[in-house]
Amino acid sequence: MRRIVLLSTLLALPLLAPPGTAHADSASAFEGAVQPMTTGEDVYHHVCQSCHMPDGKGAMGAGAQFPALAGNAKLQASAYPIYVIMNGYGGMPWFSEMLTDQQIANVVAYIRTHFGNNYTDPVTPTEVTPQRPAIPPKEIY
Amino acid sequence: MTDPHPHKAPTRRQILTRIGTLAGSAALYQAMTTMGHAQGTDFTAPPVLSGAKRGTRVLVLGAGLAGMLSAYELRKAGYAVQVLEFQGRSGGRNISLRGGDTVTELGGAVQKVGFASGNYINPGPWRIPYHHQGLLHYCREFGVELEPFVELNHNSWLHSSTAFDGKPVRYREFSSDFTGFTAELLGKAIDQHRLDDVMGADERAHLRTAMEQWGGLDPDLAYRKGDTSSLRRGYTRPQGGGIEGAPIPSDPFARKDVLRSGLWTWMAFHERLEMQTTMFQPVGGMDMIGRGFNRQVHDLITLNCKVTSIRQDDHGVRVMYNDMNHGGVVRQAQADYCVCTIPLSILSQLDVQVSAPLKAAIMAVPYASSVKMGMEFRRRFWEEDDQIYGGISYTDQPISQIAYPSHGYFSRGPAVLLGGYMFGPAAFDFAGMTPQARLEQALAQGEVLHPGTYRKEFSNGVSLAWSRVPWALGCCSMWSEQARKTHYKTLCTMDNRIVLAGEHASYVGCWQEGAILSALDAVTQLHKRAQGAS
Repeated sequence: MRRIVLLSTLLALPLLAPPGTAHADSASAFEGAVQPMTTGEDVYHHVCQSCHMPDGKGAMGAGAQFPALAGNAKLQASAYPIYVIMNGYGGMPWFSEMLTDQQIANVVAYIRTHFGNNYTDPVTPTEVTPQRPAIPPKEIY
Repeated sequence: MTDPHPHKAPTRRQILTRIGTLAGSAALYQAMTTMGHAQGTDFTAPPVLSGAKRGTRVLVLGAGLAGMLSAYELRKAGYAVQVLEFQGRSGGRNISLRGGDTVTELGGAVQKVGFASGNYINPGPWRIPYHHQGLLHYCREFGVELEPFVELNHNSWLHSSTAFDGKPVRYREFSSDFTGFTAELLGKAIDQHRLDDVMGADERAHLRTAMEQWGGLDPDLAYRKGDTSSLRRGYTRPQGGGIEGAPIPSDPFARKDVLRSGLWTWMAFHERLEMQTTMFQPVGGMDMIGRGFNRQVHDLITLNCKVTSIRQDDHGVRVMYNDMNHGGVVRQAQADYCVCTIPLSILSQLDVQVSAPLKAAIMAVPYASSVKMGMEFRRRFWEEDDQIYGGISYTDQPISQIAYPSHGYFSRGPAVLLGGYMFGPAAFDFAGMTPQARLEQALAQGEVLHPGTYRKEFSNGVSLAWSRVPWALGCCSMWSEQARKTHYKTLCTMDNRIVLAGEHASYVGCWQEGAILSALDAVTQLHKRAQGAS
């Protein structure tokens, strides 16, 4: 069943989630419902593959790219992908708001053991939590 | 006898002209603001640049609105301008899709747009607030015809999966009830003396009267079934003529259902300055604006140039690019100055010779993901069956909304609506799907708002996932508060011979107005810099 995060958020925090926190021309006053993402594969499927592609090979655009995760040596230390997911990098947005520590741990473990990568040391939320920025990025105009 | 030479009071324009002449533009702006103009964005008039040193060359990178406007103003000022554009078209994110167009996205999916002749979707910008005066100024100057864009439609649907048994409700029913119940509660609070320590008797009396009128309340301050409320929310049996013409009032929703539904967020949405009436759209598609700009500067633009590096020294700017018109052969363009409008999502990955702080600024702005769905149906069932003429229905499902066309009302034959417009998690999710899967999702979710007809009347559709657009790698800039503080001014400030422009270099991010205002500031800086160098 689809988990509707949206309404529970609105009901719990009506004053903390006013319209106006979304993008200027987004006709959404809030972001749409989120799919349940319990496994690393779920997170990859619903979030990451939009840019890094289902096969993890990334894509080449106008003299710029979405880097491949497939066979990517930068994934050797889990701290690096955790940092990038938490803070963003260049054109890649931060995901500290959208993803929990557990979800980040899950997806980092997933990309490090798929697409030809074989970094099997486990990734747990305890490695993720310390990397959560003290002042998390929040979009403003 | 009438006076043949009546003494006329000066018109507002005459007064403003006099103030402007006497006191300069700052005073003019002050006066305009005082007289009620110049609200919204900070555009007043285009910069008047003149007297460029003969032969001074400017290279503009990108032929979106910021690039084309820069080229237009700089040529007018006397510069020799050249524009390089990656795509085989100008306009950038100002784009419309029509039947016969092809969308090829990163990952390789190809969509052929199947819309009937005359139909279109604006997969990028689609509406223009009345106070985006910079963009509107140039639309007028370049002969782009505009028509109203219907943002708020009282007869559209609001839908929450967890309220009203998951069934959509009419905006007018919901907003009437929300306003009515709120007013009733406030009225009761006054009558029960709960506000006596907050406001005096006079103010309480005014507020009580206001609540009665604003809330559609009966004289006893109750919001209830009857003519007063039904003249807002609509009747169960509408007003008619003749013997059986008497209407039957409708039942308001239960107050607790109205409050817990969360649907009031959509009432608030329309109150935002950017969404207030009147909004506009170009007649025939948003790209009419791009075409209007292109008419002014098309002779300066070279299409299909993939920029790879931007370097500068004391003598000028050198840009390396692959000429895709000629098999990608490497070429070099030189100029004295450069206006770079390449989106930061791309620019951050190119070899760009600018100061370290500017480099850091270019790296500091991520791009949002957004997906739009253009869906064509065999007939305007939203008009014919539902009396929805333009405007937007909202849902808490991932598609977020269905927006009905603000043009072609009552016409027969196929029509295109916006079948989904997503940012955030839903946008990532949809962008990661195949175009076919996106359409299937949009149909299933749209069917909830238009049961029985949506899927039945569907003909064909196209989706644009902005993160998979090769020349954008995202929809538009996302500024965090920290990044604004640390990097914004640096990003906008001319770096020796290079100045950046685009919606990303503005406080009107994700809107075309941002591109316009940013370009005007960039060319003004460039002109000042060039004048100083002469």
